[in-house]
Amino acid sequence: MNALVLDPIAWTDVGAVTDVPVRGARRVPTPTGDVAIFRTGDGQVFALVDRCPHKGGPLSNGIVHGHAVACPLHNWSISLATGHPLGADAGKGCAPTVPLQIRDGRIYLGQP
Amino acid sequence: MTREKLVVIGNGMAGCRAVQEVLKRDPDRYEITIFGAEPRVNYDRIMLSPVLAGEKAFEDIVINDEAWYAQNRITLHTGCTVEGIDLTQRVIQVAGQQAWPYDKLILATGSEPIRLPLPGSDLSGVVTFRDLDDVGAMITASANPDSRAVVIGGGLLGIEAAYGLSKRGMKATVVHLMDVLMERQLDASASFLLTEALAQKGVETVLEAQSEAIEGKDGKVTGLRLKDGRVLPCDLLVMAVGIRPSAGLAKAAGLEVNRGVVVDDGLRTSDPAVFAIGECVEHRGQCYGLVAPIWDMCRTLGEALTAGTGAYEGSALSTRLKVSGVDVFSAGKHLGGEGCEDIVFRDAGRGVYKRIVLEDGKVAGAVLFGDAADGAWYFDLMRSGQPVGDIRETLVFGQAATEGLRGLDPSAAVAAMADTAEVCGCNGVCKGEIVNAITGQGLTTLETVRAVTKASASCGTCTPLVEKLLKLSLGDAFQAQSGPKPVCGCTGHGHDEVRRRIVAEDLRSIPAAMQALEWATPDGCSTCRPALNYYLLCAWPEGYRDDRQSRFINERVHANIQKDGTYSVVPRMWGGVTSAAELRAIADVVDKFAIPTVKCTGGQRIDLLGVKKDDLPAVWSDLNAAGMVSGHAYGKALRTVKTCVGTDWCRFGTQDSTGLGVRLEKFMWGSWTPAKVKLGISGCPRNCSEATCKDIGVICVDSGYEIHVGGAAGLHIRGTEILTKVATEEEAIWTICAVAQSYRETAWYLERIYKWMDRLGIEWIRAQVADPADRKALYDRFAYSQRFYRIDPWAERVAGRDSHEFNPLSRRMEMAPA
Ligand code: SRM
Ligand SMILES: Cc1cc2nc3c(=O)[nH]c(=O)nc-3n(C[C@H](O)[C@H](O)[C@H](O)COP(=O)(O)OP(=O)(O)OC[C@H]3O[C@@H](n4cnc5c(N)ncnc54)[C@H](O)[C@@H]3O)c2cc1C
Ligand code: SF4
Ligand code: FES
Repeated sequence: MNALVLDPIAWTDVGAVTDVPVRGARRVPTPTGDVAIFRTGDGQVFALVDRCPHKGGPLSNGIVHGHAVACPLHNWSISLATGHPLGADAGKGCAPTVPLQIRDGRIYLGQP
Repeated sequence: MTREKLVVIGNGMAGCRAVQEVLKRDPDRYEITIFGAEPRVNYDRIMLSPVLAGEKAFEDIVINDEAWYAQNRITLHTGCTVEGIDLTQRVIQVAGQQAWPYDKLILATGSEPIRLPLPGSDLSGVVTFRDLDDVGAMITASANPDSRAVVIGGGLLGIEAAYGLSKRGMKATVVHLMDVLMERQLDASASFLLTEALAQKGVETVLEAQSEAIEGKDGKVTGLRLKDGRVLPCDLLVMAVGIRPSAGLAKAAGLEVNRGVVVDDGLRTSDPAVFAIGECVEHRGQCYGLVAPIWDMCRTLGEALTAGTGAYEGSALSTRLKVSGVDVFSAGKHLGGEGCEDIVFRDAGRGVYKRIVLEDGKVAGAVLFGDAADGAWYFDLMRSGQPVGDIRETLVFGQAATEGLRGLDPSAAVAAMADTAEVCGCNGVCKGEIVNAITGQGLTTLETVRAVTKASASCGTCTPLVEKLLKLSLGDAFQAQSGPKPVCGCTGHGHDEVRRRIVAEDLRSIPAAMQALEWATPDGCSTCRPALNYYLLCAWPEGYRDDRQSRFINERVHANIQKDGTYSVVPRMWGGVTSAAELRAIADVVDKFAIPTVKCTGGQRIDLLGVKKDDLPAVWSDLNAAGMVSGHAYGKALRTVKTCVGTDWCRFGTQDSTGLGVRLEKFMWGSWTPAKVKLGISGCPRNCSEATCKDIGVICVDSGYEIHVGGAAGLHIRGTEILTKVATEEEAIWTICAVAQSYRETAWYLERIYKWMDRLGIEWIRAQVADPADRKALYDRFAYSQRFYRIDPWAERVAGRDSHEFNPLSRRMEMAPA
């Protein structure tokens, strides 16, 4: 049998996938700032630190399209998978990704 | 010579195929025994769906009949469940029989359908969909007249079950947790089309539905209750929510098991004499639920058991749905992702949607709906990993369109195309027709080619090809032309075309519009989605369900986002008039919520700045209690109506400008418009409310009211133009609402009134409202729409609507970990 391997990341159950609107986002406050959880049109879930690399706009308030979010402040398009700006603003910083797992329809976040 | 004893547990797809692969290579090597829990010979499980639908009989789907077992000297024990394996003695245990010895053992136990642990799941009439007995139970249930079925699970199996039951005369409903059917294979666009196709076949779908309990009476199922309280009545409930590898037997024997029985690339388990294949297996962390990987595994196992070589390296997957007349194919990274590009093709006329996902210049996945004939070709391209850069332009049209052109440089390729080769798939126009039209009728522009031949007039994907044909025929005389500016990169259509077709074709949702207008992306972008949402809302005031996720944050939360992520709140102050009670309530709210800034706006009202998002509903609740409603300072909507004091107080006032402003604002507030709309009403030509630089302005004079339009004082400074002059306040209101409605119906999204006027001309606007009957009709449409939109969004939020916008998902991570 397998030896028991301790998972080095502490996972926290922050809610059901269905609590996040499709093509929308919710935020989860943490001691180091908010984490934004996105759900895309095709049902995938992503987590980023909720701060736009441009001027700190709260990405959880943006419009989600494809696998990107349009920042609510100045409309940069940020990749949900990597947190990097896309298109004209590529290469200008990034919103760090946050470890995330989906188990049985629940969202588990690791410490950002 | 005694042969080695090969024992197989599981008489299903994998078990029998493995035996075939061994026999093919070395028919005499093993003495073979198969144990199967099902009381029948080996059949094609995937064809159970057509059996359920009545399109095939059991005899048609038998793969190996009794004669086959006999010919190949295989001992078959049907209806016989293996209960234990002794790895050290190398025997298996079967109820009521002696231990059965083996030299080599193959586990092919498949998987079990998952049963949701809902209350009532043990009622009679609750079934799963896995084997022939399940199909039998379903067919029996469908025999009762007027019977209804609910299928939990909108994956491949659930949909095929529902379709089969519906073909047998039951009223079938698929209930799915997600908002996309078959979300592991399809994207939202294909799912939308599938939902529609199923509806046409009598299968209803309920998406985003969480099952709560199964209701029953006298031990029999009567319905499914959802979390939101809805009850779907039914006489048969099918659970098709997924499968779990049948690995219990292996685990009890001490074999290494994770989700499935763990095997290496030789398909060997942790015991060297025991192999495993099929759905019970976990290989490189992956469990499979389709037959293609099983065929690959069986080939490798056949090698391993005869030649001792061969390695299985995992399988790429593709899926087809088996519902007659509904062509669905999916493979690979069908959803795209980081570093991927999409090529999307939609043919609204034929109900076709194709999405090819490219990564590093190679095909990485595909979703095809409505025309899946090229599925196998895309799948081959995907597996071979060959670069497709040189066939990119024609890739989405499929193999036939592409093969003719492969390897040629683009213009040579166009020249080399046969005259009969199809260029425009949407309208079925071939190269010859286009070239003839160009040369025969002297066409020189894309527009005229579109008009004459219809080529590239629908989805626009073939525009580059048509342009190449123009260039080829005209040489340097051709200059690429552009048609009306498209809404955004997701479509070739301009705003007018989109608006026209939404109304003409009765399109009532964003997915419906995207499909009919052949959008080139799967779910649009932040430019087109808000525009479509507005156009739909304007076209269908009574029934359209606003798509919140297609609105900019300010319109979603009814406040203006500030640079630090806080919000500003601007209550309406009708016509700029306030009272002690309102001011007191504002002051109280400021104190209670420690709002840092209170400022008079340039629009005659008060702005509360720096409100925390979580506090918004509570702030609104207090303002509502004092009778104040949202000022829509955030919206593409009616903003302010600035007034001056007029005849009430002013010594020059000619009419009641304050009163008219208040009436207008109370009638027009809440209406959504293409861009913001600001009004100004001045009591005399001194114009103290700056009416001549507003979107619509009124200058009161002794003999009546001058109506002005098209002013601005923002990025551009523009004085208004006089539209008309009317004698009474009533006429002023009709005219203003009629102009507003004409603007609502014809402007492009984000086009302010002055730009709209630049585009269409003041004469055109005047003509819209000149005839009293036309003016009345516009006014009536405005008034009708206002029945649905003159609602305070703050009060709705205070009452709990969209509360998820304001509350964090969870507060469990707020504290630092201990
Ligand atoms: C609050 C206010 C400034 C103030 O402190 O007085 C204001 C604040 C903003 N204005 Fe304004 N405008 C305000 C009156 C005006 C006026 C004066 C007026 O309405 O008489 C104008 C010029 C008149 C006009 O609209 O032509 C004005 C022309 C603009 C423009 C330029 C519009 C244009 O098409 O040229 C923008 C940018 C835009 O809309 O794209 C803008 C955009 C903005 C935004 C929404 C910027 C933004 O996108 O975040 C600011 C939001 C601040 C907030 O959160 O409240 N604001 N803005 C005024 C609110 C009026 C109200 O009661 O609703
Ligand atoms: C309705 C339906 C439609 C499908 N459609 C498709 C499709 O379109 N395309 C596709 O690729 N796949 C499809 N599949 C999936 C496909 O059928 C499976 O992937 C495949 O059958 C798995 O083969 P298997 O041999 O691993 O398991 P199975 O075919 O389930 O065989 C396992 C056998 O082992 C027996 N068994 C289990 N435990 C024991 C025991 N202890 N002792 C003795 N016998 C035991 C079981 O009774 C069963 O007969 C469909 C499945 C279903 C149910
Ligand atoms: S003038 Fe500029 S800075 Fe001032 S409120 Fe308007 S948009 Fe903001
Ligand atoms: S802060 Fe995000 S785009 Fe400016």
